[in-house]
Amino acid sequence: MASLKLTDIEKAYGVTKVLKNINLEIEQGEFIVFVGPSGCGKSTLLRMIAGLESITGGDLQIDGQRMNEVPPSKRGIAMVFQTYALYPHMTVYDNMAFGMKIAKASKEEIHERVSKAADILQLTPFLERLPKALSGGQRQRVAIGRAIVRDPKVFLFDEPLSNLDAALRVATRIEIAQLNESMPDTTMIYVTHDQVEAMTLADRIVVLSTRGIIEQCGAPMELYENPKNVFVARFIGSPAMNVYDCKVMETGEKTRVAFEEGGHSFTVNVPSTPDQKGKPAKFGVRPEDLRLCEDGDEPLYKCEVRIVEKLGEVTLLYLEPPHEGEEALIAKIPGTHDFKRGEMVTLTADDEKRHLFNEEEISFRWIGKE
Amino acid sequence: MEQLASALGTVIVGVLACVAYFYGSNWLLDRVFPANAASAEKGIKNLQIAHAVRPWLFLGPALLTLGLYLVYPALDSVRLSFYNSDSTQFVGLDNYVWLWFDDGFRQSMFNNMLWLIFVPAMSTFFGLVIAALTDRIWWGNIAKSLIFMPMAISFIGASIIWKFVYEYRGEGSAQIGILNAIVEALGGDPQAWITIPFWNNFFLMIILVWIQTGFAMVILSAALRGIPEETIEAATIDGANGVQIFFLIMVPQIWKTIAVVWTTITITVLKVFDIVFAMTNGQWDTQVLANYMYDWMFRGGGDFGRGATIAVIIMLLVVPIMIWNIRSATRDSKGH
Repeated sequence: MASLKLTDIEKAYGVTKVLKNINLEIEQGEFIVFVGPSGCGKSTLLRMIAGLESITGGDLQIDGQRMNEVPPSKRGIAMVFQTYALYPHMTVYDNMAFGMKIAKASKEEIHERVSKAADILQLTPFLERLPKALSGGQRQRVAIGRAIVRDPKVFLFDEPLSNLDAALRVATRIEIAQLNESMPDTTMIYVTHDQVEAMTLADRIVVLSTRGIIEQCGAPMELYENPKNVFVARFIGSPAMNVYDCKVMETGEKTRVAFEEGGHSFTVNVPSTPDQKGKPAKFGVRPEDLRLCEDGDEPLYKCEVRIVEKLGEVTLLYLEPPHEGEEALIAKIPGTHDFKRGEMVTLTADDEKRHLFNEEEISFRWIGKE
Repeated sequence: MEQLASALGTVIVGVLACVAYFYGSNWLLDRVFPANAASAEKGIKNLQIAHAVRPWLFLGPALLTLGLYLVYPALDSVRLSFYNSDSTQFVGLDNYVWLWFDDGFRQSMFNNMLWLIFVPAMSTFFGLVIAALTDRIWWGNIAKSLIFMPMAISFIGASIIWKFVYEYRGEGSAQIGILNAIVEALGGDPQAWITIPFWNNFFLMIILVWIQTGFAMVILSAALRGIPEETIEAATIDGANGVQIFFLIMVPQIWKTIAVVWTTITITVLKVFDIVFAMTNGQWDTQVLANYMYDWMFRGGGDFGRGATIAVIIMLLVVPIMIWNIRSATRDSKGH
């Protein structure tokens, strides 16, 4: 029912700009996730769309209409808060009916809409209860129900799962996914710092950084496989991508790099221009893409095992980094293996899974594209 | 200077006496029942005795003072209310019967009821509104301090201030009361405000409202800040306007605090004495129970029986509210 367009959106508190140059187009029915470390302004951006925070600069359009000065209730949005924000003195029914009562809807209509929402969320047995008599998961369902009753064009979620315990979080996440499927026309914007939530729920993920800008926006797998820069590369995926300083040795269709001048060199399947030869760069590889070198493989890196963590389905190896003082290199090897501390291993990764970033931490695959 | 010195001396002597008492009695207890007695059995027994006695030693002075100055007068008032004017003859319920048919008492009861409705309602209302408004403006804290200031003034002091506000000078002389000055400036006739029956009650009540609004404001302001901001934001998204948010979302969430503020002020009102005493002394139909009690107790020779009877009535009126108030306060502090 609604498309959104954010043009050059800015937010400043005094002289401090917390968000700048936010450009984003969201199509009707999309599930968009804003993700980023704490303090990156993702919640602020959501609250600006909701109308709870003023917009310092730029244009916010919903369905082609400028919404910057429109009050929250007139934007056709509904919001689910992290702390549920239920009215503690009202029953579940009244909580869900409040918006319609304010809008002076007829009793029959209110009853119909609330009953329907309660039915979807299995809240019917609790309608007469006060929020304090509900569990955390039930409270969050009431908050979602309250949003459904408003029949919004845009659904906003502000870290809705962070106050739930781990098991409930997974269950509620699946419920939200189902809700999204049952409302294919409703646009949903979801804020989280949990990348699992982002990966599993989103049609498109918007990664924000503490610099207050959008680092990259795209489908979850695109972000995972083809991150635009080191920030996105390390933010998506767990454990984070291993990224180390290196030097460009040979350029061309493929690029050859080495951790040390004159040391062991290896190729990365990205093109490079002659002027990059000899320049410092950053090499990245995901822990899950590393594997033990077998005959015929081009060895990538040989080093000493420092710590071994056996998790059953995988074994995590913490290895000596290429340079002193850098973070340990992590390799995620499927299955259980008996590595010993101090043992030397040779690792490799498929050509496609190797990433190279330039001095400005931009991926070679993205240089010159935008 | 001499007075200051003697006051300081008294304080020092008092504190030293207290220290001496607690230290000395503790020491004495340990001497009389030593733990390291001849036999181990005796030592344990001594220890047990000392353990049982010690709390009473420490609590003793406080209990004694409370008993002497609070419990005894309360109980003795009840006893006195069954005796005649000089407490020499038991008269049964005569005083209560007299009170029942007494015009002065009826007027006091009526006026007290007016006070009971008007003062807590207005103080709480103003306190709530001011608390809500001052939270939103930069000079809110300055405004709050000013409004809270009357709390620091004694009732008598406040009455004297307001006496000047209501002051009336006879025909021909300049009006020095601000109220009459305003009335005159607007072209009206100056009035002797506190002598106008019925309405003068309200002029007196305004003084207490002026004092108590600060109290209500401070407590309610804290309560308002305790309301989760998200509930207000959720209501904004739900389309509620400022007034609706205030009455449908904020007030219901602090309802318990409002009730505690209301009842606390109610208790103050039931005991109101100083303001009436200083402003009108009960003349021009402004009599209230506490002043009426004082009248009977100490004026015109004094009638201890009747005075005590009125005191007992006041006590009976206050006690239920007090119990309710303490209960809800302890329930609140225990958390929800």
